[in-house]
Amino acid sequence: MREKIADRVGRFLDDWTVPRQLQGGDVYAGAAKSTLSETWRPRLEEADNVGTGICPFCAVGCSQLIYAKNKKPIHIEGDPRSPVNQGTLCPKGAGTLGMLLSPQRINTVLYRAPKSKHWEERPLDWAMDRIAELTKQARDDTFVEEMPDGRTVNHTLGVASLGGATMDNEENYLIKKLFGGGLGVVSIENQARI
Amino acid sequence: MALWDLENADCIVVMGSNMAENHPVAFRFVVEAQRRGATVIHVDPRFTRTSALADIHAPIRPGSDIAFLGGIIRYILENDLWFKEFALAYTNLAHIIDPRYSDPEQNDGLFSGFDPEEKTYKQDTWQYEGKTVPSPVAEHRVQSKEKSEGGDYESMTDSPPPEDRTLQHPNCVYQIMKRHYARYTPEMVEEVSGCPKETFLKVAEALSRNSGRERTGAFCYAVGWTHHTVGVQIIRAATIVQALLGNVGRPGGGVMALRGHVSIQGSTDIPTLYNMLPGYLPQPVLFKEHDDLHGYLQSETPPTGWWANTPKYVVSLLKAWYGEAATAENAWGYQWVPKLTSDASQLPMTLAMTNGLIKGQFIFGQNPMVGAVNVDLVEKGMAKLKWLVVRDMAMTETADFWRDGRRVRKGEVAPEDIDTEVFFLPAAMPGEKEGSVTNTSRLVQWHDGVLEAPGESRSDLWFVYHLGRRLKALYADSPLQRDRAMQALTWNYPVKGERSEPDAESVLKEINGYTVADRALVKDYKDLKDDGSTACGGWIYSGVYPEEGKNLARSRRPDAPGEQSSHSGWAFAWPSNRRTLYNRASADPDGKPWSERKKMVWWDEAEGEWTGTDVPDFVKDKRPDFRPDWSKHPHGMDAIAGDAPFIMEADGKSMLFAPTGLVDGPLPTHYEPVESPVKNPLYGQQFNPTAKLWGRPGNELHAPQDPRYPYVFTTYRLTELHCGGIPTRIMPHTAELQPEAFVEISPEMAEELGIEHLGWTVVSTLRGEIEVKALITERMRPLTIAGRPVHQVGMPWVFGPKGYATGEPANVLLAITGDANTSIHSTKALTCNIRAGRMTPERRP
Repeated sequence: MREKIADRVGRFLDDWTVPRQLQGGDVYAGAAKSTLSETWRPRLEEADNVGTGICPFCAVGCSQLIYAKNKKPIHIEGDPRSPVNQGTLCPKGAGTLGMLLSPQRINTVLYRAPKSKHWEERPLDWAMDRIAELTKQARDDTFVEEMPDGRTVNHTLGVASLGGATMDNEENYLIKKLFGGGLGVVSIENQARI
Repeated sequence: MALWDLENADCIVVMGSNMAENHPVAFRFVVEAQRRGATVIHVDPRFTRTSALADIHAPIRPGSDIAFLGGIIRYILENDLWFKEFALAYTNLAHIIDPRYSDPEQNDGLFSGFDPEEKTYKQDTWQYEGKTVPSPVAEHRVQSKEKSEGGDYESMTDSPPPEDRTLQHPNCVYQIMKRHYARYTPEMVEEVSGCPKETFLKVAEALSRNSGRERTGAFCYAVGWTHHTVGVQIIRAATIVQALLGNVGRPGGGVMALRGHVSIQGSTDIPTLYNMLPGYLPQPVLFKEHDDLHGYLQSETPPTGWWANTPKYVVSLLKAWYGEAATAENAWGYQWVPKLTSDASQLPMTLAMTNGLIKGQFIFGQNPMVGAVNVDLVEKGMAKLKWLVVRDMAMTETADFWRDGRRVRKGEVAPEDIDTEVFFLPAAMPGEKEGSVTNTSRLVQWHDGVLEAPGESRSDLWFVYHLGRRLKALYADSPLQRDRAMQALTWNYPVKGERSEPDAESVLKEINGYTVADRALVKDYKDLKDDGSTACGGWIYSGVYPEEGKNLARSRRPDAPGEQSSHSGWAFAWPSNRRTLYNRASADPDGKPWSERKKMVWWDEAEGEWTGTDVPDFVKDKRPDFRPDWSKHPHGMDAIAGDAPFIMEADGKSMLFAPTGLVDGPLPTHYEPVESPVKNPLYGQQFNPTAKLWGRPGNELHAPQDPRYPYVFTTYRLTELHCGGIPTRIMPHTAELQPEAFVEISPEMAEELGIEHLGWTVVSTLRGEIEVKALITERMRPLTIAGRPVHQVGMPWVFGPKGYATGEPANVLLAITGDANTSIHSTKALTCNIRAGRMTPERRP
């Protein structure tokens, strides 16, 4: 049955946000509902764990709440407790879930042999053993104990490490300790200079 | 200063940063300050969203920052607007400089002590008269030559530096600065920077007005200041303004560095940097008296001020690294720490790679094929490596250089020609691992691991720990002396779970430090000793984990909203959970707050100690009227008076004039960028004479005023895409918002060159050329420099061929040149050419 024009106009004016706002208040207290939407539950109810993350991009250090289900992320939002961001995030921080779940993410070890035209998958343990051997070889081949005048340097210029600013303090500490303090690598740098 | 303390500023200058777009969440505090009445100023070549929200936008030509800031210094001095009680008491304004000092005003742009052959300065003529002043910054002590004429730091224990508080002595810092900046007039500022002098004066007036007992101002900067051959001096110029106006160590005062990566501060503090050991201790150098530990400590320990504690931090670090093998007999294993023989930072590293000196390279979450200058040279260097290990979360331009590099795509080289063995190891991301990161205001924040890293992704902690375990096994039986360090290295971190993930908290505890005998955690760096009884991996972080089960980086108790507070229960700020460094300066020389409105730390006479809303940055019970007893040649903090807040400096005074520590001069001086379309209007010396230049084929520079490259070129970031890395370019929604590279030019320039909006252009330098679409916008303005129009070309540098958001890297165009003090590359001010159209297909990558 068709509604009368006057009813339709009236309903439109009541329903349309601009006249509602002009009236000075929200005519409808509740949100839009349907039979279907009444069965919906917040996604966060499915989370079985939540932790505090720090947004991985710039150095402002916004806190995030990371909601997980079966150790997979289901939602990430700003942590309202943080005096740094008080619950807010910028477009990058708000997109963190998209980064973690990006289809372009790679979850396997890839190896490219010299002169090869292709990547190939290799086991993680194999790669770790191979990298350890190559590191030892490069370091041993290039290690200098003394300068020609007899002064001690105990260093190698043949191995280098780049990166660290995207990583944790503990990770940086171990890089400098192992490569610098252990192997004698001096060329250790990160994004601080770029 | 803490980020939230920006709310308390009465004037904020954002310069060298597009804060609203690149640090948007921190910019909330600027907006809040403005709501409370602060004047917000944006000094920047472009009109950006930061400018749109500012009260004043001052346009300047890239690379003219020191002329602009020097103009402000002159304005403050000439009009007598400095905060006298503060600056006279707390800075070296009245100190008297060596009579042999001579200024760029006398030497056409050079300071005294310049060696034209070596292109270096000797700093002996810049010293306080009769003194040799050690630098408070260890990494700078390693480079500088203040002791070249037989100077002795012990001279600082004889008497306080000579001063004339009437400021009449012709060689006092005040008079030297007045002469040095006399020609930095508003007219000169306009001629050099292109900023109309009326606009410049508005900025100078707003800053000066918001100074004194009741008011403070802050500067916010980012890499728009550091990425120059004079980067350190630009920041120095701002610190001079701030110290003159009394904007240091006080609520709403300071110079806020807006740094780019989540833990770039942490990776500077606990550094993955070549020239420093954890906690800003210098890496030993062959060319200093570092042959043994005694010599190293002798030459690197300032006798006066807080740094007199250096030996405690060094010995505790060696104990943390080498454990039981570090003994008094072997000088705690000092000789196992490798010595530097040259600058080994990223730029020389790139050249060393290109020269075939580097055999193997690790890359952790960095992408030099997009983020490093002179991309084609980087690519050539990669191909010289025997092996390359890249750890990241998606394929990067760097890992794939042998298959998809620019040279490969252009057909200049084929994968079959490249011998490099390449490993791509997938990395766990935040949420998939736990650990601490340090934000731009020294806040050490723990993050929880609540997710499982997918597939074979592992944390970098896992990678380094298990690589170390393997290497220790490989070296275990070696009889060679050179392998002793690997054998001695302590490497016992508990692991957990099926993946044997090392316990990050156990590493943080080692950084915090412990007493060797019982492995009890130390509460503070004041507990550290130089006798081998304590171990500490990073002294400035001591106190982050003061007792078992108490990880303060995890602390999550913010103060109530709306209060002016330090949020001391939220995470841990190094050192000692202090939120504002040098906060003794928030009280007057007598120890009373400068004003009720700006109080932070003050002397409590009844209790006999310093107290306040932040952890006082001073000896807790040192009275404001304490004076050193010079008859006893005082050392350490005994040589610091009760009214000298800057305790890391050798005499506790802020250095307006830096007698030491800088390789390119004691006062900021305007030099043109190495590549500039104009002649230096101030001096015959065109650019920083000590700038690091590496001339070689493939890294050619444009001569000043080269007619082939007449335009100023500058690069920057975008809100949606984060730096050169891959994470945001593979993030669907940010990539959709910024899908493609572009170059920004003004309508006037577009008209002159026949470039259409969204039409193709070719941008070229002697390093390379790229094609990229044009965005024609009034955000870019031609500036009038020395009477003629200069066009500017701007380009976001965040694009590369991979991911969803693609384009040629701007860094193809840039040369390898370095800041004189830090070797930071120059990306903000160079020259280029641009034309409408496309490249011929055979030149296209």
